[in-house]
Order: sequence, then C-alpha cells, then structure tokens
Amino acid sequence: MLDFYRQMCLIRRFEETLLEMFSEGLLVGTTHTCIGQEANAVGVLSHVDADLDVVVSNHRCHGHYIAFTGDVSGLIAEVMGRVTGTCGGRGGSQHLCRGNFYTNGVQGSIAPLATGIALAERERGAGALTTVFLGDGTLGQGAVYECLNMASLWSLPLLIVVENNRYAQTTPSELAVSGSVAARAEAFGIETAELDTTDVVQVHAAAGAAASSVRRSGRPYFLVLNTHRMAPHSKGDDTRHPDELEALREHDPLRVLGARLERSDRARIERECREEIAAAREAGEEAPAAGAALAR
Amino acid sequence: MRQRRCVDELNAALHDAFERRSDVYLIGEDLLDPYGGAFKVGAGLSSRWPERVITTPISEASLFGVAAGMALRGYRPILEIMFGDFIALGFDQIVNGISKFREMYNDQVQVPLVVRTPMGGRRGYGPTHSQSLEKFLLGVPNVSMVAPSEVHDVRALLTNAIEDDEPVFFIENKVMYGRPNRRPVDGLLDGMRCVEESGPYPALTFSGNDFAESSATIVAYGGMVPIALDAAVQLILEHEVFCEVVALSRLLPLGIDAIVESVARSGALVTAEEGSLTAGVGAELTARVQERAWGDLRGPARRVAAADGIIPAAPGLEAEALPGVMDIVDAVLVRQAVRAS
Ligand SMILES: Cc1ncc(C[n+]2csc(CCOP(=O)(O)OP(=O)(O)O)c2C)c(N)n1
Ligand SMILES: [Mg+2]
Repeated sequence: MLDFYRQMCLIRRFEETLLEMFSEGLLVGTTHTCIGQEANAVGVLSHVDADLDVVVSNHRCHGHYIAFTGDVSGLIAEVMGRVTGTCGGRGGSQHLCRGNFYTNGVQGSIAPLATGIALAERERGAGALTTVFLGDGTLGQGAVYECLNMASLWSLPLLIVVENNRYAQTTPSELAVSGSVAARAEAFGIETAELDTTDVVQVHAAAGAAASSVRRSGRPYFLVLNTHRMAPHSKGDDTRHPDELEALREHDPLRVLGARLERSDRARIERECREEIAAAREAGEEAPAAGAALAR
Repeated sequence: MRQRRCVDELNAALHDAFERRSDVYLIGEDLLDPYGGAFKVGAGLSSRWPERVITTPISEASLFGVAAGMALRGYRPILEIMFGDFIALGFDQIVNGISKFREMYNDQVQVPLVVRTPMGGRRGYGPTHSQSLEKFLLGVPNVSMVAPSEVHDVRALLTNAIEDDEPVFFIENKVMYGRPNRRPVDGLLDGMRCVEESGPYPALTFSGNDFAESSATIVAYGGMVPIALDAAVQLILEHEVFCEVVALSRLLPLGIDAIVESVARSGALVTAEEGSLTAGVGAELTARVQERAWGDLRGPARRVAAADGIIPAAPGLEAEALPGVMDIVDAVLVRQAVRAS
C-alpha cells in the first residue's frame, strides 16, 4: 500500500509540476494530466513486468509511463524538449517510447497498434501481456471495434482498459457514448469487468483478475474503470462548474488511500516524491535543448 | 526461355521469403487457399505455412496498425490490401503511425513492414477499384514506395522490399500481373538498348539509338512503362524521333539520377503516370529535374497523366480517362516541335 501511495504521489506531483511550469511559461505545447485517475495506472500496471509485457497508451499517458518505467527524469526532460528526454525531444508529452512502452496521440489509432503487438507477442509465445489504455471518448472511433473483433477472433493476449472519466475534452459522455460500454466488448465475446472506484486497492484486485485471465486463457479482456478527471483536459481548459470539481475531491485516489496510512509515512513519501521531481526538473533544466536552432 | 508472368514472380518472391525467414507473415483479406488473395499473388502460402498467413476481417483502417504493431515487435509483416484504392482507409495509421514511429521515437525502433497493393485501371473495375493513388503516398516522409514494372526484376524487387528495414509500399499494377516479366537480355529489350542502375530498386533506361542524342526522356513507372516503350517504338517507326525511356522502380525516396543523366542527352522531359494529373508524381519529378538539370532542358516538361476526374467503368470511357500511347507520342512531338522551331 505504501508503494501504491508512493507511485500515485509521484505521478500527481509530477503532473502538478508540469502544470505549474506551463503556467509560468516554461513549457510550450500541450499536456494531458491524469490527476484523479492515478489509481488506474498504478493499480493496473502493478501486474505487468516491464521486461516482458507491453503497454500502449494514449495522450493521457504520464501516469502509465511513470508506473511502468519509473522514469521521471526522462519524461520531464522530454516535455521540456531536452536531448535527455525519453525520445530526445522529438515526441513530447504524448509520443513516448521506452522499452516496451509506446504512446501515440491520435485517438483510437493505438487500438490497431496494440492489436498487432499482441499478435506479435502471441506468435513469440513468451507469455507477454499487452495492455492498451483507451478513454471513453475514444469509443467513438470505429477502429476500436475492428480491433475488438480481431482480438477476439484471433485470441490475442490483450488487456483493454477503458478509463471512463465521463468526459472527452469538454464533451460529457451522455453526448458521445450511447448504451453500455461493457456490452460493447461482450458483444464480441470478450470477457468484461466494470469497476466504479478510485481506490487503488480495488483497481489492483480487479486488474489482477483481468491480467491473470488473459495470461491463463490467452484471450482478450475488457476492463472498464469508471473514474474522475479532477484537472483540466489539458491545461486551463476546464469548462465544468467549480461545484462539480469540488464534489470530485472525495474521490481523489490519494485521499482515498491516504486515509488508511500513517500520517508520518505519507509525509515522508510526499517529501521523497517532491525531492525526486525537483531533482529531475533541475537535471532537465541543465540539459541542452534539442534542436540546433535552440541548443546552446 | 519462356517468361513467367509477373504474378508468378511475385508469388515466388513470397514463397522465397517465407522459406528464408520465419518472421515473415502475410496479413490481409481472403488470403487462404484455394483462393490465395484476390489477385492470387499469395497462392499456395497458406497451405505451406498456415500459421503465418492471417486472413482478416474487412478492417483496413486497423490492418495497417496491426502490421505496424507486429513490425515494431520484430516481425516482418506483409500486408496485402486487396485494392490500392483502400489505402485511403488506412491513412491515419500511415501518416500518424507507420511513417512516424522511427523518427518520433528517436530512432529506437524500426517498422520493417511491406504493404503490397494492386493499383491501376484498364480492367473496367470502375471509379473505386481502378485508381493509382501513389501521389498521396508521395507526400509522406519516411516511407519507401516501390512500383515494379514488367521490365524490372519483379521477384528481386519484392524480395528487397521484404528485406528493407523501412516501411515499404509495394505498388503492383493490375495489368502487369498477367503479363510476362520481360527482362533485357544482353542489354537489349524490344530492340532497344537498356542500362540498369545498381542497388535494390534500380531504374532502367532504354534507348533506341544507343544513347546518342535524342529528342526526349520519357519517365514512367508501373503500368505506364510498357505504354511508354510502345510510344518510343512508335515515335521511331512513324516519326523518326528517338527518345529514351526511364523506367523507375522506386518513387520514394525519389531518386532522379538516371533521369538527369538521360535529360543531358535529350534536353526534354516527359513524365507519364496513370494517376490523375494534379499534384501527381510527374509534378514532383518535374520540379526536381528542373532544379538539377535546368541548363539541359530546351523547354518546359510535359506531364502525361489521367484526367482529373473519376475512372469510369465502361471500357470506352475508361480509355478516355487514362493516358495511352498517343498521349505520350503527342507530348514528345510537342517538345520536338519546340526543338525544330
Ligand atoms: C482523432 C483525434 N481526434 C481528436 C483528438 C483531440 N482530442 C485529444 S484528447 C480528446 C478527448 C479524448 O477523450 P477520451 O477518449 O475520453 O480520453 P480522456 O481525454 O478523457 O482521457 C480529444 C477530442 C485527437 N487527439 N485525436
Ligand atoms: Mg474521457
């Protein structure tokens, strides 16, 4: 539980730092934080082995990346456009690759990629699990259903995690997602579970069952995690009423888990995370900017 | 020696590749024997290697990404798209994935896939099954595009594409499939001299007068190559005008060395493609050749291409829309008139 807290705290402080740096004008471009959703990244990815398994993520990928790789300094340098960044500054916030971790920024495009990766891993036969994270809004993309079909037909070892934060940018899911989310996958003969919690312990348990089902059966699995996005879609673009945001605070996964921890443990973890991020930021600031036009 | 049809050479290249490497897979629709794919290029593969021929649902938008995922993880998938027209469904994966991964991920990965697809008309398939969409791929950085013609070593080109570490779009002209793979013998084909570049995707240059000074350089690829050669022969026989024909096999990256060399002897450039005119392969070729060989050119290049419109189904209408021998002959004679005046 302490490690769950530490990971979630690291992700939270990392993304808060990014938002601060944006507001100070220190960063350019865009970013999508998973503030409020950290339990998903940490709970799900505690079941994967970074040396064996593969993760494919989307625009909201920092939490997944940190939970999978632990690499805070590469990520902050990437967002800062430094040569020491995960992709040398070429990708930025939503185009990351490190080891068995891949992300891309076009909604829905990663579903086919993950399907192909799972097919490759099925062929290799080393027992790797491929996990792909999709948002509720991305269920609007037809490619997702092509891939549910193929994953089921071809018995691919693919865990599809839908992080349903009930919004796509500004569009509430009532305006974009009809019917049942889980039933979409059930219709393709894919085992499904749905969870309504931001408690990392519960996410961990459900994801554990999902991951072992895929590993055991070699079949895909569709895990719907109903969650809450506590911060803006990107930065400074929240159109929701402040009361609505206020009401989300009780679901804050750090608060939910933190209530079960010793105050002193929490304080220590908080301090360590802040220090780690400060050091990563400092290293990023010292690293040369990528690109000859800016390098000095 | 009886020449084998191009489709048989392509089929042989696939069988070679499956035999040589265990990481090669064929992915696409209706691939299983006895059908073996809509144009039979994959015939026999699924019987010999059932586990490496994956017949798919009709899901082109995703299939490009599926192939990319396999390639990222160390396999060499060959994606067969039943008709080239359907690459339109895959453009997100092509533009925002396949072509970007290596550079975007800081050269940590490779995407060694081959997309094989038939393009071209003259079979009456109508507007959505007859196009030559190479020009849309021409605008995509970081992919290769190879388009064999019946005078290239078709089997070697496909083999080289499969061995390529970059993503390769391999454009197979539909008419070419059924025609013999005619290769120059002792540097001669159809009575014309022929020189072939070295490298995995060579251009062939043909001359009817032993590479002496000539009237124009006709550049063609794919299904337009035999048409360009016919035009060159007709120009000799009926007009006593000698041309060189450069048959490209690679459109991306677009190398023009063979063209520039030929233009130095001919002083005029005519491009011939089966795709529609605007923003086509000829436009890019013209721009590049004029940049490098301005001093050799007597006048503006001429582009021969399909009309900017649909490719109708009825044979008479289709023939009106697509470029033919006479279009090339006329384009050369216009240049010849410039020279004579
Ligand atoms: C094809 C495509 N269309 C639009 C966008 C712009 N966009 C980025 S994130 C986003 C919303 C995605 O919503 P959802 O899938 O629910 O994920 P969430 O942001 O809630 O995590 C949109 C519209 C995009 N990146 N790709
Ligand atoms: Mg959402």
